[in-house]
Amino acid sequence: MGRLSVELCGLPLDNPVIPASGTFGFGYEFAEWYDINCLGTFSFKGTTREARFGNPTPRIAECPSGMINAVGLQNPGVDRVIAEELPKLKRVFHKPVMANVSGFSLQEYQETCALLDQEEQVGWLEVNISCPNVHGGGMSFGTDPAAAAEVTRAVKAVTHKPVIMKLSPNVTDIAAIAKACEDAGADAVSLINTLQGMRIDLRTRRPVLQNVTGGVSGPAVFPVALRMVWQVSRAVRIPVVGMGGISSPEDVLEMMMAGASAVEVGAANLTDPLACRKIIGGLPAAMDRYGIENLRELINR
Amino acid sequence: MKETLLTITGNIPLTANVYRLSLRGEGLELHRPGQFVNIALAGRFLRRPISVFDQEGEELRLIYKTVGAGTDQLSRMRTGEKLNVLTGLGNGYDLSRAGEAPLLLGGGAGVPPLYLLARELLKAGKTVHAVLGFNTEAEVFGEADFRALGCEVTVVTADGSHGRKGFVTDAFPENYSYFFTCGPEPMLRAVYRTAKTDGQFSFEERMGCGFGACMGCSCRVKDPEHPGEIRYKRICREGPVLEKGEILWDA
Repeated sequence: MGRLSVELCGLPLDNPVIPASGTFGFGYEFAEWYDINCLGTFSFKGTTREARFGNPTPRIAECPSGMINAVGLQNPGVDRVIAEELPKLKRVFHKPVMANVSGFSLQEYQETCALLDQEEQVGWLEVNISCPNVHGGGMSFGTDPAAAAEVTRAVKAVTHKPVIMKLSPNVTDIAAIAKACEDAGADAVSLINTLQGMRIDLRTRRPVLQNVTGGVSGPAVFPVALRMVWQVSRAVRIPVVGMGGISSPEDVLEMMMAGASAVEVGAANLTDPLACRKIIGGLPAAMDRYGIENLRELINR
Repeated sequence: MKETLLTITGNIPLTANVYRLSLRGEGLELHRPGQFVNIALAGRFLRRPISVFDQEGEELRLIYKTVGAGTDQLSRMRTGEKLNVLTGLGNGYDLSRAGEAPLLLGGGAGVPPLYLLARELLKAGKTVHAVLGFNTEAEVFGEADFRALGCEVTVVTADGSHGRKGFVTDAFPENYSYFFTCGPEPMLRAVYRTAKTDGQFSFEERMGCGFGACMGCSCRVKDPEHPGEIRYKRICREGPVLEKGEILWDA
C-alpha cells in the first residue's frame, strides 16, 4: 500500500482526497484540466428524483476567504444522471465514484438511492440531509436526530452499498445527529455541508443572492469544520469524512488528525480547477515535514 | 482552457472607471472572439471574469470597468506584476453566420469583446458596422480603435454629448445581414425587440468558477430543436454567447 492510501467503508482509496459534491459536476469538466484518476474518488453533483433548475441568479456571492452559494441542487434528475451523465463520467474516471443524493421526502431519497445503488460505477452513496438552499427538504432532515435517523433507515433498507450521511453544521449538536445516523445503520458520516450566510450589496441595499441566504464555504469555514469533525469523531465509531474549507495538503493532515478517515475538497476546486491534483501532489512533502510515514497512522480514534 | 501566469505590460485608464490591461505570456488558448478569462487577485477568494478585447500571439488586452473592490484592486496593479489567469473560457461568438454585412452593437462595458470580433470579421472580408453606445461623452472609449480597424462606426450617447443622441437601438442601419451584441441587460432586451435579423447576444452573470463546475451562472433557454422545451445553459460554459432564437428573458 502506498503512503497515501486509505480505505473508506471497505473500499480502498489511493489517497484520501475526494472533490465534494456540487464543486466537481460529473467529473468530465475537470477531466479537461487534468487526469482525474489521480483522485481517491469524487462525489458527483447532488442528484434528486426529478430534474431541478435550482434557484434564480445571482446564486454566488464572495465573502472574506470564501464564497456563498445558493445554487439549489440544480441537476437533471436521477434517470438522466444514469442515462447520460454516468456514461460520460465512465469515460474519464475509472474508479468507484461517490453518488450524492438529495430529496424532499423519505420516498424520494429511497427511490433515488435505490436506482443509483444498482449502478456498477457507484461505490458509495452520500446522502445529503444538509442542503441549506432548498425549501421544504434537504436540511430539515439533517437538523433533527430523529429525522436524520429516519432517512438513514429508509435508505439503508433499499441499498447494498455503503451509505454516508452528509451532515449540516447548522445545528446545535452535530454529534447527536451523527450518533443518530450511526444507530440507524449509517456506514459513515461526512461533514460539514455549508454554513448559512448572506451578503448585502451596498449600492442596491438588497441581498446579493436572489435566494437572500446561501451556504458559506471556503477557507473561512475550515476551523468550524475541523472542530465539528473532532466532536463527531469522538461520538461515533463509523468513519468520518471531513470537509469544509480544505485547500492545502496541510489542511488534509489537520483534518485527518481531527479524526477524518478521508476528506472532501469543495470550494477550492472552483477557484483553482487543478486544486485537488496540487493537494495530492503536495501530500508526500507535507507528510515528510511532519514526520508522517503514511496517512493510515493518523486515523487512530 | 488553461491556467497560466501572465505579466502585466500596461494598465491604463481609458475613462474615469474603465481600464485597458495589457498582459503577456504563454498559453493563451483563445480560439474565438467573445471568450473570456478569469483572473485571480490576491486576497480575493473568487476570480474576476473579464472579456477579451484583443489578442495577438502572446499579447492579450482586456478592457474592464471597476465595479467593486476586486476590479478596483486590479486597477491599482502595475506593469511587471503577474496575474494567475484561466484563459480560453466560454463559447465565444460563432462567426460563420455573420453574412456579408454584420452589425455589432456594444453598450458601455459590453463594447470590448466586439473589438476582436470586428477584427476577425474584417479579416474574413466582411463589411462591418459597429454601433457603440455610452451614457455620456466622458464614458466613451474604443471609438478610434474600431475606426482604425476599418469598421464603419456610429457612436451614440444617451445625453447627446458625443456622436448621435440616443441608444444603440436608435442607430440601427437600414441594411445588415446579422448582428452581434454585448452590453447591459436592458440594452440587450431592446436590441432583441428591435433587430430584424438573427443574431448573437453575450451575457453577464455572477460566476463562481467560470468553467462550468459550480452551476452558479445557469440560465434557462429555449431548445430550438424541440419547440416548447426548456433547457439550461451555463453562461460561463455554453455561453456567454447565446443565439437570439434560444433566449428566454426572465420576467
